[in-house]
Amino acid sequence: MAEEIILLDLWASMLGMRVRVALAEKGLKYEYREQDLRDKSPLLLEMNPVHKKIPVLIHNGKPICESLIIVQYIDEVWYNKSPLLPSDPYKRAQARFWADYTDKLYELGRQLWLTKGEEQETAKKGFMECLKLLEGELGDKPYFGGENFGFLDVALVTFSCWFFAYESFGNFSVEAECPKLVAWSKRCMEKDSVSSSLEDPLKIHGFVIMMRKELGVE
Amino acid sequence: MGEEVKLFRTWSSSFALRIVWALKIKGIEYETVFEDLSNKSPLLLQYNPVHKKVPILVHNGKPIAESFVILEYIDETWKQAPLLLEDPYERAKARFWAKFGDDKVLTSVWNVFIKQGKEQEEALVAATENLKFLEEEMKGKKFFGGERIGYVDLALGFLANLISIFEEIIGLKIVDEEKFPSLYSWMQDFAEAPIIRDNWPPRDKMIVKFQALLDATIASSSSSSK
Repeated sequence: MAEEIILLDLWASMLGMRVRVALAEKGLKYEYREQDLRDKSPLLLEMNPVHKKIPVLIHNGKPICESLIIVQYIDEVWYNKSPLLPSDPYKRAQARFWADYTDKLYELGRQLWLTKGEEQETAKKGFMECLKLLEGELGDKPYFGGENFGFLDVALVTFSCWFFAYESFGNFSVEAECPKLVAWSKRCMEKDSVSSSLEDPLKIHGFVIMMRKELGVE
Repeated sequence: MGEEVKLFRTWSSSFALRIVWALKIKGIEYETVFEDLSNKSPLLLQYNPVHKKVPILVHNGKPIAESFVILEYIDETWKQAPLLLEDPYERAKARFWAKFGDDKVLTSVWNVFIKQGKEQEEALVAATENLKFLEEEMKGKKFFGGERIGYVDLALGFLANLISIFEEIIGLKIVDEEKFPSLYSWMQDFAEAPIIRDNWPPRDKMIVKFQALLDATIASSSSSSK
């Protein structure tokens, strides 16, 4: 039976990029449909009535929502190519634990470019604490998954194309604080699945400038 | 090699209850370690340095934290009485509803309980919206898992206990039987299932605890300057 895979996404979303990386890792063909979140499509509202957000994966007509849930779904359906989660239950638990932890970066990062003054400083502090903890978890491994690129790598790597934007508005350097993490992200970018899925940091920076204007942050 | 399973929890944590239920459903022997969160043990801090919270499952000396992560670990390690179905789509749906329960339902229900005046009204609107989605998902089923209690039932199970406690304290109906017939009857069925029924924290203790929390919140908000 022919697989029909549609991804409802927003080009700049690091959460949507997680799904793109996972699909690429599995070598899957899919139809990408860019969404306008200011004017939500009937399809988006039908497929994700609860949250009305992207990303949404539609596989043979059935929707799956929430980026990490989608990545796990992809890993479970197409299990015989490039497995993302390890087979050992304890290692899987560690990967899931840390992947959930990376979600904190989303809100903290948002606060970084949305706010100013003390609020921004608090967000910056929280953001760097998270990254440092994650860098500790990486240790000296080439990937979070060990020798192989895995679930936690997918969860975190998409934030790396947002680093430049965070750094500009937050006035700090990720590389200065977490050099191993930056080295890891460069290593990941050598993979086609990652480099073809992540967006240009300069474009992301431009996106944030536009969002700040729209939301009246200046 | 003998299995050594320890569960670090508090007497009242809804998140820890999920793990108690899962272990009992699967018939797994375990030892309980009660924690006082105002005075966290060195072991707790060692086993969960990131969040410093309960529940923590320690299996043969290896710690796992975060209740949903623990539930999946338990399901993958002990295959009897599976909590999640095999089909990836069903699993994705189960994970979705569990996350919705924590992110949206719990938050909005908590706000109905803890907020006052207009904020409470707004919280009730949000909670009702969220509960409507659960009502829809529940239709035609005895449990979220179907005929048997499953992952989503364990994830949302706290509602069956906490909601009636909140309703009693604040004198406000959150899950009205007429508005949410399927959800209401699920709450009864779930609470009465033998394993669940035998493992609720003592109701009178819960009322005292949450009343005290509410009193403290009201006291601190009225004494803070505007």
